[in-house]
This record gives sequence, C-alpha cells and structure tokens, in this order.
Amino acid sequence: MSSDEQESVAPIEPGSERPPEPQPSSGRRRARWRNYPVVSIFILVALLVFPAITADWLAPHDPLQGSIPDRREPPVFFGGTWEYPLGTDRIGRDILSRIIHGAKVSLSISLIGIFFGGVLGTLLGLLAGYFRGWLDAVVMRLVDISLALPTILLALVLAVSVGPSFQTVIIVVVFVLWAFYARQVRGEVLSIRERDFVARARVAGNSHARIIVRHILPNVANTIIVLATLQVGSVIILEAALSFLGVGIPKPTPAWGLMVADGRQLIVSAWWISLFPGLAITLTVLALNLFGDWVRDRLDPKLTQV
Amino acid sequence: MPLGDTILQVENLQTHIDTKMGLVKAVDGVSFSLRRGETLGIVGESGSGKSMTALSILRLVPRPAARIVGGRVMLNGEDLLSYDAERMRRVRGRAISMVLQDPQTSLNPVYSIGGQITEAIANQQRKLPRLELLKRAVAALKTVHVAAPEQRVRDYPHQLSGGMKQRVVAAIANSCEPQILIADEPTTALDATIQAQYLRLLKEIQQESGLSIIFITHDFGIVANMCDHVAVMYGGRVVEYGPVRAIFNSPAHPYTRALLSSVPAVDRTVDRLYSIPGQPPMLWDLPRGCRFAPRCEWADSRCHQEYPPTVPSLDAGQAAHTASCWKLEDIGLENVRC
Repeated sequence: MSSDEQESVAPIEPGSERPPEPQPSSGRRRARWRNYPVVSIFILVALLVFPAITADWLAPHDPLQGSIPDRREPPVFFGGTWEYPLGTDRIGRDILSRIIHGAKVSLSISLIGIFFGGVLGTLLGLLAGYFRGWLDAVVMRLVDISLALPTILLALVLAVSVGPSFQTVIIVVVFVLWAFYARQVRGEVLSIRERDFVARARVAGNSHARIIVRHILPNVANTIIVLATLQVGSVIILEAALSFLGVGIPKPTPAWGLMVADGRQLIVSAWWISLFPGLAITLTVLALNLFGDWVRDRLDPKLTQV
Repeated sequence: MPLGDTILQVENLQTHIDTKMGLVKAVDGVSFSLRRGETLGIVGESGSGKSMTALSILRLVPRPAARIVGGRVMLNGEDLLSYDAERMRRVRGRAISMVLQDPQTSLNPVYSIGGQITEAIANQQRKLPRLELLKRAVAALKTVHVAAPEQRVRDYPHQLSGGMKQRVVAAIANSCEPQILIADEPTTALDATIQAQYLRLLKEIQQESGLSIIFITHDFGIVANMCDHVAVMYGGRVVEYGPVRAIFNSPAHPYTRALLSSVPAVDRTVDRLYSIPGQPPMLWDLPRGCRFAPRCEWADSRCHQEYPPTVPSLDAGQAAHTASCWKLEDIGLENVRC
C-alpha cells in the first residue's frame, strides 16, 4: 500500500501543496486513465495520417486494378495468403490497399470540408456576434435552417442534381458544418465583445476590422480548433454514409463507405470485404474522437459539455 | 500648474437611448469646458449619465440603441460630432484617450503587454521599426513605474496584479500623448493603497505632459484630491458646476449638499450615515421639473413643474460656480455637515 501511495504521489511536483488524495488507489487509477489514451490516441491518429500521406508507395497493390483470378480471396489467417493480407473484393482488388487509399480520401474530405466550413462559419459567427442587429438575425436564422435540414436528404438532392463527386461531398460537408462554427463563435464573441479590452481597443482608435481580427479572433481560436478536431470523426462518418448510399464518392475511388456498401451482398460468404473497411471507420472515428476530447481538455475546459 | 486655453468645449450634449421602457435621455443637455492641464471631475450616482457623457464625447455610445441627438463637442475649435467615422477614429487614442473601469478585462489575454502597448503606438505612428516600438513600450512602462520593464514587456496580463494592470492600461492610454484622458472610475477595482499610487501616477503624467483629465467617479475623496473643477450630474444633467473648493465649501445645489452629507467622515462619530431619501429617478420616467425635486427637502410646486435655469451660485466671486436650482436663496450658503 505504501508503495502504491508513493506511485500516486509521484507526478505531483515537489513544493506544490496539494492536499492528499482521499482515496489514493482510485486517484492513481484516474491519473493513469488520463494518460493512457493520449499515447494510444496518437498512435491511432498516426496510423491514419501516415498511410493517408504515403498511400501511393505504402499500399502493396493498385487500389483500382483488380485481378479477376484472385477475386474474393480471404484474409491471411482465414485461408488466404500474405499476398492479400486482408483479402480481396469481388473483382480481385486488394482490400488493404483500398483501405490505405481510402484513408487518403476520408482525411482529405474531412480536412478540406472542415477548413471551408470552419472558415465560412467562423467568419459569419464573428460578424454576427460583433455587429449584432439584422446581420445577426439573418445569420442565426440561416444557422437554424441549416441545422434543421436533414443532411442525407440534402446530399441526395445535391447528388441527384449535380451528380455525385468529390466536390459534391465537400459542398455537403461544408453546408452541414458551417452552422456549428457560426453558432459557437457567435456565442463566444457575444461575451468577448463586452469585455473592456474590446472597448479599450475602440477607444484607442482601432477599426472594426482590426478589432475583430486582432482582438476577438485570437480569443475564439481555441474554440475553433477544438470544434474542428472533434468534427473530423463525424465528417468521416458522414462521408462514409454518403458513399454507402451512393451519393458520396463515386466508384471506383476507394472510399470506406463505398467499400462497405460493395461487400454487403456478399456479407455471408465474403465478410471481409465489408468488415475491414467498417473496422477502419470505427477505429478511425474512435481515435479521432478521443483525440478531439484530449485537445478539448487541453485547450478549452469550458467546452466539456459540448 | 496654471491652466491653459480651453481645448474641449461640450455644449448642450444630448444622448438618447431606446429601451423597452421607452426613450431614456441619458445625457440631457450637458455642457462644460475643459482647459489644458485641467482635471474635471464628473460625479454622480450610478445611472446619472456620467459614463454615457464620456462615451458620447468619443462618439462610442452603444449603437443602435443609443444615439447622440444634439449638441456640440468642440475639440480645439472643431465639432467632433461633424466628423466622419474615419476622422473620428483618428481622434480616439490620439487626441482623446480613455481608461476604463476594470483593469482585469481591459487587457487582451492573448497578447503580451508589450505587444499591446506597441499596438497602441503603432496605431498612431505606422512604419516604426520593431526595435524602436519595443523601446518605446519599455519607456512607457517606465513612466508608469512598472519595475523591471524590460522583462515585464514580455509578460501576459494574467501574470500581473490588478494595480499593475491598471498602470499598464494607463501606459497604453498615455503612449500616444493624448491631449485629453477620460478616466471612467479607473480606481473602483483597486484597493486603497494601490488607488493612491495610481492617482499620484496620473498627476505625475499630467504635470509632465500638460494632459487634461476628465475624471469620472463617485468618490468625493478622489475628487478633492485630483480635480480642479467638478461637475455634479443627476438624471442626465449637470446640476452644479464649479471649482473644487467652492463645491466642497459652499455647495449650492441640494443634491450636491446631500451627496456631501452622505460621505462618511473620519473625524466625526455618527450613529447613522446620512442617506438621500428616495430612489434615483427612473430615467425613462423623469419628473417634469427638477429631476431631484421628488427627493428634495426644499422642493415646492414650481420645482415639480419647471426645470430650473442654470444660475451663478450665491458665493459671489466664484464666477464659475453655477447650479441649476430655484431655491438657491432659500437654501443659502450655510455649510453642510461635512
């Protein structure tokens, strides 16, 4: 027990007068739990980001080129070979290679979509919160509308009218995301604009544009970063869902949702075609959400409820 | 220090605010003038229009609810109310600077204090090299007696104490060598010793640069200490104006007298501190006549019907001492217990 206690006390810096933990064992457990995810999260995120960047030479096979004789090859420990570690799909394309390339698709869609959605939402949120008045009313009603529209329906309409493509998915993502930024940023700006340093900046003769960019934006930056990190996971799910429904990334691009959809008629005989991309989605989103939580805890404890 | 020419002349300034209760005449015909090197104290209860007067001078009233509807604000002979937005922006910080009430939130938490001082300087004088800006920031900190300014410029607001922050704010306000500094209750958030230090600092800056100060406060101690002239505000109007000595020695308006009576004195034992009977008037429902009439022991029917003109006070010789009251003769000059 005494050694346990020492362990739990160890991370506290000498000299800091913290009252002793009431229950040393539970305190230690909590401390450990606080640190475990961080490492594993980084590993998982790295497992996603690294293949996405290096997909072209990391993937053992061409993700688009199938080999018909090798079709529906099972994974390596289920009667398959190391040639196709995760098996092949019904036209003989290597699942592993497609998952690796799919990471690139998922990640670029999330990053581009979140970037544009974030920029648009932040900009509108800043303007609405700072200037109030009719602009605020208009922007917030647009936010309400945007949040009320069913995403999938919107995507279906867009895909039918414009045709499914990488750009269509980005547009849908931006359309869904911007409202969250606008709402969150506006709320923060409402409180920041009342702080005296904004008034002081006005008194010192700063223009509105300068006050927004120099004095208010840096104060909401943390919120924006946290929101963006937390959203990567949901955007990947959204993209997968759209692709699964056939209104997202068009075939034959290797997208995870598309791959799951591809294998669903064969789920009994060739389960690996759907399972592995599904697992990829699950793990990635899990890792990104944990990562987002961690970033949030580090940057913005206020947001814990979001 | 002898007072110089008039640099700011406020004439019949009127600022109205639209509220749910109706139109509030927050500033209702305020006039005063300010000379070079002078300190003018504006005193009054909360909601008497002090801060709104200050914001109106800078044309920073919270729009769209509030708007300046009349009057003139003459700075060096030019009416600020006729300036366009861009020109007005250049007046702020350069000619007229302002220190706000709460030092805790007057500094932007994401920038170092050096960064915030240099920003203020760079705002006015663009194209100064970075090193020169930094030097000036250090110099500005030195004038407000911040210890080890070379290290402090790199500090962030959360690393400073309240008094230190307020001094940094003063340094920022003073960094562009304004002609007029409006201090809106700058010491409310500071404790007594820090207050005294801070006031001494303002005096010092004033003596060095011939700065004129408009000091908004409800603390008569500070007024006695700092100000040359005092304007007492009630219900959006100046009810009494005069040299600080005259205001303290022979207050004319019943409101001023009541205010002075409610200041606790250390040399006298009292059972109960005097307080003015009644409540300050609702600004959306002001009395028709004198705003103070409902609470005034001297008030008669005329006081309730007609707003009194501004007349010279009875203490002849003090030409600049004026008050808005019908009953000056009745009240007389006998001293209030203060």
